[in-house]
Amino acid sequence: MTGEMEVKNNQVRSMHPQKFAMWLFLVSVVMIFISLSSAYIVKKSVGNWVYIDFPSLFQYTTVVIVLSSISMHFAYISAKRNNIKNIRIGLGITAMLAIAFIVGQFNAWGQLVENGHHFVGNPAGSFVYIFTGLHVVHLAGAIIFLFIVLVKAFKYKVHSKSMVRMEMCTTFWHFLGGLWLYLYLFLIFNN
Amino acid sequence: MSVTDIHLQEDLAHDDHHDEHHEQGFVSKYIFTTDHKMIAKQFLITGIFWAIIGGGLSIIFRLQLGFPEMSLEWLRPMLGQWITPEGKLDAEFYLALVTMHGTIMVFFVLTAGLSGTFSNFLIPLQIGARDMASGFMNMLSYWFFFASSVVMFISLFLETGPAGGGWTVYPPLSALPQAIKGSAAGMTMWLVSMALFIASSLLGGINYITTIINLRTHGMSFSRLPLTIWAFFVTAILGLLSFPVLLSAALLLIFDRSFGTSFYLSEIFIAGEALPNVGGSPILYQHLFWFLGHPEVYIVILPALGITSEIIATNARKPIFGYKAMIGSILGIGFLSFVVWAHHMFVTGMNPFLGSVFTILTLIIAVPSAIKAFNYITTLWKGNIVFTPAMLFSIGLVSFFISGGLTGIFLGNSVLDINLHDTYFVVAHFHLVMGSASFFGMLAGVYHWFPKMFGRMMDDKLGKVHFWLSFIGIYLVFFPLHYIGIAGFPRRYYSFTSFETFSIYGDLNALVSIAAILTFAAQFIFLFNFFYSIFRGKLAPANPWKSNTMEWTTPRFPGHGNWVGAIPKIFRWPYDYSKPGAKDDFIPQTVPYSHTPESNLEHEEELTKEEDLTGVEKVN
Repeated sequence: MTGEMEVKNNQVRSMHPQKFAMWLFLVSVVMIFISLSSAYIVKKSVGNWVYIDFPSLFQYTTVVIVLSSISMHFAYISAKRNNIKNIRIGLGITAMLAIAFIVGQFNAWGQLVENGHHFVGNPAGSFVYIFTGLHVVHLAGAIIFLFIVLVKAFKYKVHSKSMVRMEMCTTFWHFLGGLWLYLYLFLIFNN
Repeated sequence: MSVTDIHLQEDLAHDDHHDEHHEQGFVSKYIFTTDHKMIAKQFLITGIFWAIIGGGLSIIFRLQLGFPEMSLEWLRPMLGQWITPEGKLDAEFYLALVTMHGTIMVFFVLTAGLSGTFSNFLIPLQIGARDMASGFMNMLSYWFFFASSVVMFISLFLETGPAGGGWTVYPPLSALPQAIKGSAAGMTMWLVSMALFIASSLLGGINYITTIINLRTHGMSFSRLPLTIWAFFVTAILGLLSFPVLLSAALLLIFDRSFGTSFYLSEIFIAGEALPNVGGSPILYQHLFWFLGHPEVYIVILPALGITSEIIATNARKPIFGYKAMIGSILGIGFLSFVVWAHHMFVTGMNPFLGSVFTILTLIIAVPSAIKAFNYITTLWKGNIVFTPAMLFSIGLVSFFISGGLTGIFLGNSVLDINLHDTYFVVAHFHLVMGSASFFGMLAGVYHWFPKMFGRMMDDKLGKVHFWLSFIGIYLVFFPLHYIGIAGFPRRYYSFTSFETFSIYGDLNALVSIAAILTFAAQFIFLFNFFYSIFRGKLAPANPWKSNTMEWTTPRFPGHGNWVGAIPKIFRWPYDYSKPGAKDDFIPQTVPYSHTPESNLEHEEELTKEEDLTGVEKVN
């Protein structure tokens, strides 16, 4: 959606304001995780650090979140092509995968505890909980957003002429998928 | 062309719509409003409320510092158990007072009260938008701030007192509730309040940036934006990038305090007992905090500098000197603010090489700051200066900015900082350059835009009295503190009277306290003027300061939507004051070059050919 358009009687340049605001929101989320990542690196360099046994479940949840991004994109393309039925299917699958991801992350915490890394203890372990927990909190927000779009889809309000919400939701979703990949790789490589 | 036509029709349709809903209920008009002008006033009034409290707290601890022997028994009705049986101020409550004074002034008055008020009020009015990009988010921003204020206010009345670890709340002191009273429930509420405050700032900031980028009126390019808008724009970006970092820092602190993690804690003994926390680092908190904390001081000062640029150009009846240099220096300050945070941490045992890197980066900030100061002075030079109260406060700001900025060059040196760190020299420095300067910017803004906010004028004479008392008073308060600081007196100490040697500055401290009380009292002149003028002030003319920016093209009492009919188009930059050949000494931004052949420069004459004059009336 580029070029000039009308929103609330204002002449708008370049981008839809809500989508633009969405990107700014993502910037602030990025800043949270950048600051925590650098805190992690700084803390690690100070010493008194332990090696983390990562839960095997993280590998499966990583696959799940990548799949959810694919199904989200399927819903997005369906919306562009006005295929109302496939929008609902795509969004429904995405929601289920997201919930599976959260359940998986929760069980991964259980595995972490079994491996001897508690939330309270050496910061090396605590950071893993913080990263995964904050990511899930943002994902929960995205799921609420997803359900709003899903309800709109059932009311026939998501289609090629009404894509703003759908586009924002897709952006947020891919962002959170990418964020998880980043966090996982960051934690593995800095272990 | 076609786009413009559709635009006009849309506007007309909007006005019909607008008239139908002219009568808003009390709640939707004054409380849960989405009108940016009303939200700005809400921020302003809340900010004033906090300024009175924050100032009042400082008067209480100034009494202790200036008159350590004095009996404060008369404060018992207000402070209750915080006055000891001997009639003295409780020492731990003194720490809480200092902490709350800092927190309130930095965040609630000079961030929310300043940015919240003027970004909200001026952005849509000066760029030609009907409202913010999202009125709802804007409303949410205020109510998050309100919730944050309520939590902070309640914490003042806790039995253990409000937070007491200094406004920077460094762990381990702040992380251990058993350490001092001020680290107990008060600190928890401080953290909750700040989390809400950060949410408010982010909601507001996202809205400001989106509005400035997306909703400018026809012709309002970035090179024609008033400097106020440039300053608010960069301020919002700084907030967007730095407040999430404070949230991270606060989050880890919350987990350390309430869940027993060890991010900031390691090997601590309290009352002879070892705590279980191992592996954390309190320095980590300082890095995270100051990564916000340093941009925060520019979040505080930049809007004030933007307001001043506008007021000085208007009242000197001259174009701002070096418009592009001003923008460049705002951007330069914004960028540099992110790479200097460790100059607050020179004495944490950091690598001396790192210290010199941060020293150099810090000293570079002197360049854009000096450009700004130079441009203010050259704008004033040979201008037809009109000394309105707003102008006086703006000039006062420039004075504080220079005299406070000079001491920054001392403090930015990692070597000198070993001596000056945490002394009254630091207190004097930042109270002048950041505290008083941006406070003056805020007052200047209120005096200047009061006619637009409330449709009435504030009293000129009272404004001038207010200025002179404040200006002289502030210098009397903060100038002596430099001497006390160089002599090595540390800040945040309850008393210096235990040893005879340290009483040498007793008289000077008494003078500072008297000046502080008089300065504080002078603010009530402003309060009277402000509230009286809202209801009884003279009705304001359309353009009382003969200003060029487009907020003065709105009606005296602009409705929700700001302009009746189409939004005016913009044809020129905002600083065409005293242009040679022009009929008046100002040409508003809405006047096309084709209407002013007598004053056009050569390249402007070229622009007349491209001007789209549909919907523009010729005014003579």
